[in-house]
Amino acid sequence: MSVGTNSALSRWLVNGLLIAGAAFALFPLLWMLSVSFMQPGEASHYPPPLFPAHATLANYRELFGRAGMGHNLVNSLLIAMAVTLFSLAFNLSAGYAFAKLRFVGRERLFQLLLAALIIPVQVAMIPLFLLMKWLHLVNGYGGVVVPALATVFGIYLVRQYARSIPDDLLEAARLDGAGEWYIFVRIVLPLLKPIVVTLAIFTFLASWNDFMWPLIVLSDQAWQTAPVALASLSREHVQDNELMMAGAVVTILPVLVLFLVLQRYYIQGLLLGSVKG
Amino acid sequence: MSSARVAWTFVTPAMFVIVVFFGLPVLAALLVSFTDFDLYALADIKNLRFVGFDNYVDVLHTPLFWKSLRNTAYFVVVGVPLSIAVSLGAALLLHSPLAKFKGFFRTALFAPVVTTVVAVAVIFRYLFHTRYGLINYALGHFGIAPIDWLGDPHWSMPAIILFAVWKNFGYNMIILLAGLQGIPNDLYEAARIDGASRWAQFRHITLPSLRAILVLVGIITIAGYFQLFAEPYVMTRGDPLQSTVSVLYYMYEEGFKWWSLGRACAIAFILFLLILIVTRGLLRVTRAREDTA
Repeated sequence: MSVGTNSALSRWLVNGLLIAGAAFALFPLLWMLSVSFMQPGEASHYPPPLFPAHATLANYRELFGRAGMGHNLVNSLLIAMAVTLFSLAFNLSAGYAFAKLRFVGRERLFQLLLAALIIPVQVAMIPLFLLMKWLHLVNGYGGVVVPALATVFGIYLVRQYARSIPDDLLEAARLDGAGEWYIFVRIVLPLLKPIVVTLAIFTFLASWNDFMWPLIVLSDQAWQTAPVALASLSREHVQDNELMMAGAVVTILPVLVLFLVLQRYYIQGLLLGSVKG
Repeated sequence: MSSARVAWTFVTPAMFVIVVFFGLPVLAALLVSFTDFDLYALADIKNLRFVGFDNYVDVLHTPLFWKSLRNTAYFVVVGVPLSIAVSLGAALLLHSPLAKFKGFFRTALFAPVVTTVVAVAVIFRYLFHTRYGLINYALGHFGIAPIDWLGDPHWSMPAIILFAVWKNFGYNMIILLAGLQGIPNDLYEAARIDGASRWAQFRHITLPSLRAILVLVGIITIAGYFQLFAEPYVMTRGDPLQSTVSVLYYMYEEGFKWWSLGRACAIAFILFLLILIVTRGLLRVTRAREDTA
């Protein structure tokens, strides 16, 4: 076999496998979209249909009408936005301070935070639930938002990025008599812009997709986020596949679109954050 | 105000949240795990009694706990290597100089990672349907009789593992791809001049260079897979025959279905300890090998 045919074969093999991989990754999502437009009961046939015979919005009407999913999507949106906005403020200021400001015990405190990363969040969940009950934050946005206001991951991410800010720049501003908060808002934040976007999309997606804690703290259907409502819906309507697919579509679509628009920042955050070991 | 005091105004809000809503609850969980905290104590704290290690002893004498541990171990032992192997394969393909449309393929392969686990679990529950599921339909073309994926205790965990691989492989793929891009090209060129085969290059250059990253990815994935919960909650409710009850699922039911909060805290700590032992063990084994190499 000559070198030429060998590399042509390899090229076919590599790209063929990539196409197969992409089909494996995307098929369930595309099929979900297709089934969500089928008539109720249409998907329960053999062989399973790939496309709706007569596309219909009936499942979406049922979903937003009787099942009240619109309400849950609004809950998800408000919670994810609040978590993103407030936790950005908390994590940015703390991350910057750990990178650039001097105070006693800074390194030790930061090491302690990193060490806490090995504790699974579920360990805290039961006392946290009791605390939330005591604070009357169960069944309300506060129950999900308040514990998420600061994260070790976020602080770590900001600190890594903020360390590249030149000290001279900050010193010059101090000599001009600028206060630390003024420097932070006027000089540091603009420099941190890429990591702000990264952290924002990370936080939003994590908050939107979160399941176990919202399931525990939001037992009342009116307050539930979309994933929690979808899970309870799917336990009731085991047979209504078309309705469930419509529910999956409206739950996944917002985060998928957000990721597609901002994926460069998301991937950057993933790479920065995974060096934490 | 001194500069150190200003610095504390930057750090204090975040530290307050982490201490009050994570640090203290973790310590409280340890305390609760030594009490008989239940519905009666929830109604009136005076009913709370200190019971020492009773919860731990109780849990360790409950067959369902051991079953949940076996199920979780199955999920970790099969799921983690399979996930990382798929991630590595995908990363190698994306890294190949022969690959076209790399940006598109990277996005497509990564897309499952950002999806909501509950929603895609609903999709897979349907894909795995015995009669109408597309997976059995596809297998039928190869002459394989329909498998009762989510109804047969032998197939329920493999089904959840397949789902988890689909959902998660893209994450490690990105990290491994960055690792591959960091390997100097000279190494491969020198090997090619020496006449090393593709496989030999992979064995003697790629794998050793990725070693540290593979260990890191392994530890993150193991810790994550030990926390299996949403998949069985949506796809199987822990059935059939409790073959998909994970440790966390068991903790959730003890805590929020039966309100045995003391026992649930004990289960959480046993899980924590387990993750700690396994990940530290892995780290030690790989470090020891590095020293002898």
